[in-house]
Amino acid sequence: MKARHKRIAIIVGGLASLSIAAFFVLNALNSNIALFFTPTQVYAGEAPKDRVFRIGGMVRDGSLQRNSMTVHFVVTDTAKDIPVAYTGILPDLFKEGKGVVAQGKLGPDGQFIATEVLAKHDANYMPPEAKHAIDQAQAERMEKTLTRMVAKPTPVP
Amino acid sequence: MQNKIIHWFKYGSPQSFYPLAGKMLPWFVTLAVIFGSAGLWLGFFVAPTDAVQGEGYRIIFVHVAASWMSMFLYLVMAFWAGLGLALNTRLSSMMASAVAPTGALMAFISLWTGALWGKPMWGTWWVWDARLTSELILLFLYLGFLALQAAIDEPRRADKAGAILALVGVVNVPIIYFSVTWWNTLHQGASVSLTKSPSMAVTMLWGMLLMALCFWMYSIAMTLMRVRVIILERERTSEWVKHAVA
Repeated sequence: MKARHKRIAIIVGGLASLSIAAFFVLNALNSNIALFFTPTQVYAGEAPKDRVFRIGGMVRDGSLQRNSMTVHFVVTDTAKDIPVAYTGILPDLFKEGKGVVAQGKLGPDGQFIATEVLAKHDANYMPPEAKHAIDQAQAERMEKTLTRMVAKPTPVP
Repeated sequence: MQNKIIHWFKYGSPQSFYPLAGKMLPWFVTLAVIFGSAGLWLGFFVAPTDAVQGEGYRIIFVHVAASWMSMFLYLVMAFWAGLGLALNTRLSSMMASAVAPTGALMAFISLWTGALWGKPMWGTWWVWDARLTSELILLFLYLGFLALQAAIDEPRRADKAGAILALVGVVNVPIIYFSVTWWNTLHQGASVSLTKSPSMAVTMLWGMLLMALCFWMYSIAMTLMRVRVIILERERTSEWVKHAVA
């Protein structure tokens, strides 16, 4: 084996073992790398009890209530809900039905007292007209499903 | 036919690559200017306002191009450094050293524009999520590579030490890229990828791609410019440099 081939083998072998090591480390740190816990994870008891942590999900439609300086809303991952109370300024992109990440503590009554609320937006970029068209199409689809359900009610088991 | 074959490997020697790099340089500068003006024009005057983020999203035209280049240039740097380590070719290591400062610049621009974008949209300049943190580590890897090479006086030893650091750091690049799918992060997923159709309006996409091409051409031009200086510096005792400089 030439010296050159040996060096190549060492480099390739080194990179391979390094990748495996990195894989195990990242796997072990998995829950620490994640920025937030979903409501389902919080219900499952995965979130820290007496420490500040972040929850993330969608702001449930129709859940936003303003009460002088404090806002109340519900963070949902469609499976579980967590009510949140926050006093402060919300980011511009904060909206019902959109993504949110809140930092704070879980109170004894199951309400999350947030100290910071961040908006999480999606990776779609489009002009307002396109967004309007998509929203309308969705609304129409919804309406059709509703009329079908009313016309032919699904049998109750 | 026989005499038309170009002997590519001859450009592996610093002496013959020096004039070739000089010849290619103005072309890449020109291309960078053309792509850059087209991309910025498309991005700022043609691309529509975003439905959610308004005009603020337009920072994407710089942010995404810089982020892509910061990751790609790291792979390029590690490739040349590894080649230099394995084959002991002088020019390969010089290329790695020439790529590093531009890569660091791209990582810096990516983080900085990201912060400027994050404040109005997310509500924070910085958050320790996996995407942002791994990109910060990328910047530190670039800076570490530069510092390590600068700290060792003998060029060949500096090349070897730098190469090992560059190769170890390669693990970070897929982590940056896949961080948004592997863990939950504040940073959104990719709008453009090889596996699915892009989730953005066509003119926005073109502006972004043109800016990426601009940054790509700029990086090549800067690397060629820098490698020419490195060649002259390292070969200063040789006859041909004395002739070239005289």
